[in-house]
Amino acid sequence: MSDTADRVKKIVVEHLGVEADKVTEDASFIDDLGADSLDIVELVMAFEEEFGVEIPDDAAEKISTVSDAIKYIDENKG
Amino acid sequence: MTGLMKGKRGLIMGLANDKSLAWGIARQLHEQGAELAFSYQGEALAKRVRPLAASLGSDFLIDCDVSDMDALDAAFAELKARWDTIDFVVHAIGYSDKTQLRGRYYDTTLDNFLMTMNISAYSLVAVTKRAVEMMPNGGSILTLTYYGAEKVVPHYNVMGVAKAALEASVRYLANDCGPQGVRVNAISAGPIKTLAASGIGDFRYILKWNELNAPLRRNSTIEDVGGSGLYFLSDLSAGVTGEVHHVDAGYHLVGMKQEDAPDIALS
Repeated sequence: MSDTADRVKKIVVEHLGVEADKVTEDASFIDDLGADSLDIVELVMAFEEEFGVEIPDDAAEKISTVSDAIKYIDENKG
Repeated sequence: MTGLMKGKRGLIMGLANDKSLAWGIARQLHEQGAELAFSYQGEALAKRVRPLAASLGSDFLIDCDVSDMDALDAAFAELKARWDTIDFVVHAIGYSDKTQLRGRYYDTTLDNFLMTMNISAYSLVAVTKRAVEMMPNGGSILTLTYYGAEKVVPHYNVMGVAKAALEASVRYLANDCGPQGVRVNAISAGPIKTLAASGIGDFRYILKWNELNAPLRRNSTIEDVGGSGLYFLSDLSAGVTGEVHHVDAGYHLVGMKQEDAPDIALS
């Protein structure tokens, strides 16, 4: 597992208060992890802060699973 | 300096999470001994506000949609049932359709214009009317605004117009409430990355621009806003009303780019 994946999962666990083993790469934030639309905005803000990456709205709208987030961050972080 | 708010209690409206300006204010009020109640809209916000309120020793949460006058009456009745009087209110509420906080102002629809004015400006009027009735010993009401009310800031659009109405309301409300010893003021905070700001187009650019060009060469923080909020809500500002006070690292007085600020482009 990559370093990005570990850090993304840690943020998701802390923010959503879910158990770590539920945060699989194909887990959907809304359907599987119980996130609401405000959680998504807050998670995106937390990812931006953690990785120093910018996630514009149109990209954020396409992030629905844990692996979507990891992939976007890996491709765009400085 | 402790206990500035000892014996005072009041309502915080519009806390969303630990990035909120209302949180910066609430924390400092609590440190100085204030007792706090919180109003929120809907369950999505309730679950965020509850643990934050608990961490400041408050279990007093009231559900309130400020665009519904009956809901506002009910919220103040709930407040009055537990506390006969209050000393302050923090109004940290604004809303607009985020698809209209980008592009041209004139593309704002009538429906969104009216909704934005209702929630972001009129709500202070409606809240003040109800709050003063619970302030027989005087009090302080504080709202939050932004420089986009005074000057054009890209993408702020209809929210800038609503904030202008809010700032004018602060002056009229201050005059209405003055004889009763109730003060009404606003903090015009610099851009801060909050949940609400996430709806504003190119917000990161606005943040960067302010950081490079403000006299203090930094952005303001929720701690900055909390400190100034404490001043307005405590007796430290007893002689101040109708003021729109900039907590923006001085940005509002700058007329052009600083010579040492690099040229920056949208990324």
